[in-house]
Amino acid sequence: MNYDVAIIGAGMSGLAAGIRLAHFDKKVCILERHHRVGGLNSFYNKDGRQFDVGLHAMTNYVPKGTKSTPLPKLLRQLRLRYEDLDLCQQRMSMVRFPGRTLRFTNDLGFFVGEVSQQFPQQADNLQRLLKHISEYDELSLQAKPLSARQVVNGIISDPILADMIFCPLMYYGNAQEHDMEFAQFAIMFKSIFCEGFARPRNGVRHILDLLVRKYRECGGELRTRSGVRTIGVSGSRAQSLVLEDGEVLTARNVLSSIGYVETMNLLSQRDAPASGLEAGQLSFVESIMVLDRQPSELGLDTTIVFFNNSDRFSYRKPNAPIDTASGVICCPNNFHYDSPLPEGMIRITNMASFDRWNSLSQEEYGAQKKACMKAALEAAVEVVPDFRRNIMSTDMFTPRTIYRYTGHLNGAVYGSPRKIRDGRTHLENLFICGTDQGFLGIVGALLSGISMANLHLLRV
Amino acid sequence: MTREKIRAIIVEVISQILPDEDLSNLRGDIRIRDQIELDSMDFLDIIMELRKRYGIEVPEDDYIQLATLDGAVAYLEPRMTHL
Repeated sequence: MNYDVAIIGAGMSGLAAGIRLAHFDKKVCILERHHRVGGLNSFYNKDGRQFDVGLHAMTNYVPKGTKSTPLPKLLRQLRLRYEDLDLCQQRMSMVRFPGRTLRFTNDLGFFVGEVSQQFPQQADNLQRLLKHISEYDELSLQAKPLSARQVVNGIISDPILADMIFCPLMYYGNAQEHDMEFAQFAIMFKSIFCEGFARPRNGVRHILDLLVRKYRECGGELRTRSGVRTIGVSGSRAQSLVLEDGEVLTARNVLSSIGYVETMNLLSQRDAPASGLEAGQLSFVESIMVLDRQPSELGLDTTIVFFNNSDRFSYRKPNAPIDTASGVICCPNNFHYDSPLPEGMIRITNMASFDRWNSLSQEEYGAQKKACMKAALEAAVEVVPDFRRNIMSTDMFTPRTIYRYTGHLNGAVYGSPRKIRDGRTHLENLFICGTDQGFLGIVGALLSGISMANLHLLRV
Repeated sequence: MTREKIRAIIVEVISQILPDEDLSNLRGDIRIRDQIELDSMDFLDIIMELRKRYGIEVPEDDYIQLATLDGAVAYLEPRMTHL
């Protein structure tokens, strides 16, 4: 078969790119190795229950009719209606550090008030930071990398407040250890504090169903269980795609969402020039607990809690299977739904080391999961009401699980610390979108696919 | 195709891209982006929709001529005579 564009990977970015291309009559095929779409934001069923992977919440929530923010932009680009997303707003989230709590909602004014109350000396500095962020062009593809730590430390003089601001932004979209690129900081700050959290009642599968339906309506072809084994290179072009079952496809252009290094590993001629890009290192374990009641009945009303139990917040690959000093506690129940979800659920995310998990035997792996879940729970109940007696069922995924189902090296959910903003590779018809292009999070991933399709594949 | 028809087509294309905008009072002599929220991505989509539906190619140098509704109608009229 011969296509205008072959897209590797049916995650958020690949699907969004596919919709754009199919809408404008390109002959396009998305090739997904797994039997299910979604990539890093997917779902699975276990014991008759549905679990999400990745998405805790959609960031960038704005009410219908809001102008000039990422969410309405991407809806327009994908020809979707606001209502299609079925977004239900969060109740309230918080950042909890020893002795300090900053709550936030989808109203920036509330967060500003919290900071003025908890850090009165910093109220003016927060205003300066907000001004700096609003005047910064974070979407520029030419911007020079800038250390967000340096910028923020120059404005916010209390390191604890700085850490408390960084904590959610890093957890929800940062591929770098310790620091963050300032453009990425600005994107995440707006998406979380200025805009906010929402979730479709049915979670990530609602969004994926919507994207797949739209893609197919536009005439796009989606093949699951169709991993790409080799990208045949001839001269400066990607000439063909050899699938795992041996079938050979050709396409005028190839857009890969599976990661830069992962894509280069598929090339038949491995003479890619040194790009300085390495596979990312940051990965996570997630403990999932099904409860015998709604979390709110146990006094747990918050939607998402970003916590840190040590003196300073440290965002880096731990030298251990799990780092419970900080983490994220998400209650999918605590959004404003019309009717409550059938079961209570709590998800705890902690940083983790891929190597530590990957080297274990199957038996050790199971034991390690148990031990890590216990540790994750112990740390979590220091910041939220103790729900351990109400747990009916648990599950856990690790960096190893993420690698197995997504193919992302090291289970790195945010890709390489260095990004290829313009999506180009050394081959003239091979482009990158998704985590290694650089817009992160669900909305970021969708925009990544859209902007790379627009930039390279739609303008003739 | 008549000028009125062409105008209606352009407004219809814009409404597909910006379903939440009220286009009933769109004036022909003022830049479209000064009247409604229309960023560069949306503008390019108008151009691409015209290509998709009517096979009209608008070179980048001519984009400026489509900045107003009147300008767009004048530009497209000779290119849509066959439709």
